[in-house]
Amino acid sequence: MNKTALLSQLDEIIEKYGGLKDNLLQILLDLQKVSGHNYLPEECLEEISSQLNLPLSKVYEVATFYSMFNHEPKGKYIIEICNSAPCHVEGADDLTQLFEDVLGIKVGEITTDGIFSLQHSSCFGACDISPAIKIGTEVYGNLTKEKIEEIIKEYRGE
Amino acid sequence: MAKIVQLISKNCGKIKPDSVTDYVNAGGYAGLKKAMEIGPAQIVEEVKKSKLMGRGGAGYPTGKKWEQGYVRKTVFEYVVCNGDEGEPGTYKDKLILSQNPLLLMEGMTIAAYIFGIKEGYIYVRGEYYGLKEMLNNAIKNAVEANYLGKNIMGTDFSFNIHVVWGAGAYVCGENTALLESIEGRSGRPRQKPPYLSQEGLYKKPTIFQNVETYSNIPYIVEHGGDEYASYGTECSGGTKLVCLSGNVINKGVYEVPFGTPIRELVYSLGGGVSNGRKLKFVQLGGSSGACFTEEKLDTPMCYKALKDNELKLGSGALLVVDDSNCVIDFLKTITGFFIHESCGKCTPCREGNTRIYEILDRFSKGRGKPEDIDDLYRLSNLMDITSFCGLGQAATTALKDCLKYMREEFDEHIEGKCRAGVCNLT
Repeated sequence: MNKTALLSQLDEIIEKYGGLKDNLLQILLDLQKVSGHNYLPEECLEEISSQLNLPLSKVYEVATFYSMFNHEPKGKYIIEICNSAPCHVEGADDLTQLFEDVLGIKVGEITTDGIFSLQHSSCFGACDISPAIKIGTEVYGNLTKEKIEEIIKEYRGE
Repeated sequence: MAKIVQLISKNCGKIKPDSVTDYVNAGGYAGLKKAMEIGPAQIVEEVKKSKLMGRGGAGYPTGKKWEQGYVRKTVFEYVVCNGDEGEPGTYKDKLILSQNPLLLMEGMTIAAYIFGIKEGYIYVRGEYYGLKEMLNNAIKNAVEANYLGKNIMGTDFSFNIHVVWGAGAYVCGENTALLESIEGRSGRPRQKPPYLSQEGLYKKPTIFQNVETYSNIPYIVEHGGDEYASYGTECSGGTKLVCLSGNVINKGVYEVPFGTPIRELVYSLGGGVSNGRKLKFVQLGGSSGACFTEEKLDTPMCYKALKDNELKLGSGALLVVDDSNCVIDFLKTITGFFIHESCGKCTPCREGNTRIYEILDRFSKGRGKPEDIDDLYRLSNLMDITSFCGLGQAATTALKDCLKYMREEFDEHIEGKCRAGVCNLT
């Protein structure tokens, strides 16, 4: 999405939340969703600061406090592997290795086609199918190499 | 045999979660109707009799809390629900939020009715963002059916519920941090006192409970506190949602009466340790919870019995860890989690977790020294005593327990041996 279009979408989001400071977190969540690259562009934070009449430092403080917010472009889809204790004891490290092999990147990196980011996450409550991963709001568990390849293909639209 | 008693989970998975019609057909809103018949004083009495203790982890008696507010005639402004279950291995609130959110909302509505509160907030962790549309629909449908909104069920009582989303911060499960987050700020805990019943959301007196706690209220009001209490033990009334995770065959959320021994949860409901391995230890209450071995497994799940054994129920997460795991490696995972989740406000928590991780890392590489163990004790005690909030205070519970029950594994690492073969001791 180009910057003008994104800024006009941001206007709509801010309006939806009544331009209220209290809704900063909700505005940031919506913004990241529509950004296309799962992050909060700096110029958008500046725009939020001016529209909500909040110092940029305050907006930045909130935007960097919560771990779901990113500050650099990410892949179109973020694959999050849970590395909390319940998934750890069920082999989250091996699962991470599998994803790294299949995608050809390390945790923290983006695939060259810009489709996937790979990262770790704290527990997201899918412990019944651990070790689990999350892509956006979709959760997958009980994974094998074949299943992983299938999921990757599906998201790539192959 | 451990038995399952479904007081609050019986409709989960059986009804369309945002459908008021389905919910009413399954017996929903009988609690709210009864509440309006018996009135605030009697509702508080029933909740007191139920021996319901806060299900978020602290275990404070709900009836006592509400009675204090009621007797003091506190003018409460807000009902807030903590749906930020972030303790690793805890996914019970997700069960209610995703499969029967109207039950939670009915419970909140009853709480609001007692105190004449008009506004309620459900704070849900960002990890459950996929539930957003459904939860908004549930509220919309409840308003249309006149179970929420203006003049509920034709009375002069009006109450609204708003859903607010978190964005990934374990510390927001701490109640004052959660309120900061609702107000649009970073989730850093506030100084207590003042308590939330004095200064809560927007500095106004606030009723604050966990998802599971509110979800018990409709049953208690409809059937009476005594009946609810009868399912549990002398001191802990009713049932608890427990979450089995880790190296156990039947992982899942189960509703069981208080008094059920931990052993039965693992072996009867859980089907035992998976892959034919042996149990090493369990961790109760999430990553901030106690770790214990075989010898304490017969402790019944009851607030008092657990306390007598220096254990805590916490969120009700039960993580099973088998003998293929290494204690040091496990503790590195736990400490890594707390490094990530520490909000950075106070030094003991911010620095302490990092220093502990460094020491554990040395153990895992065969470079641990006997004096490191003294440092681990010193750091964990210091964090326990001086951390600003519960996060830092409880972050080293697992470490202290592992030192207590599995000390020999620390010593073995100093000698260059990892019995599970997990650590690369070069």
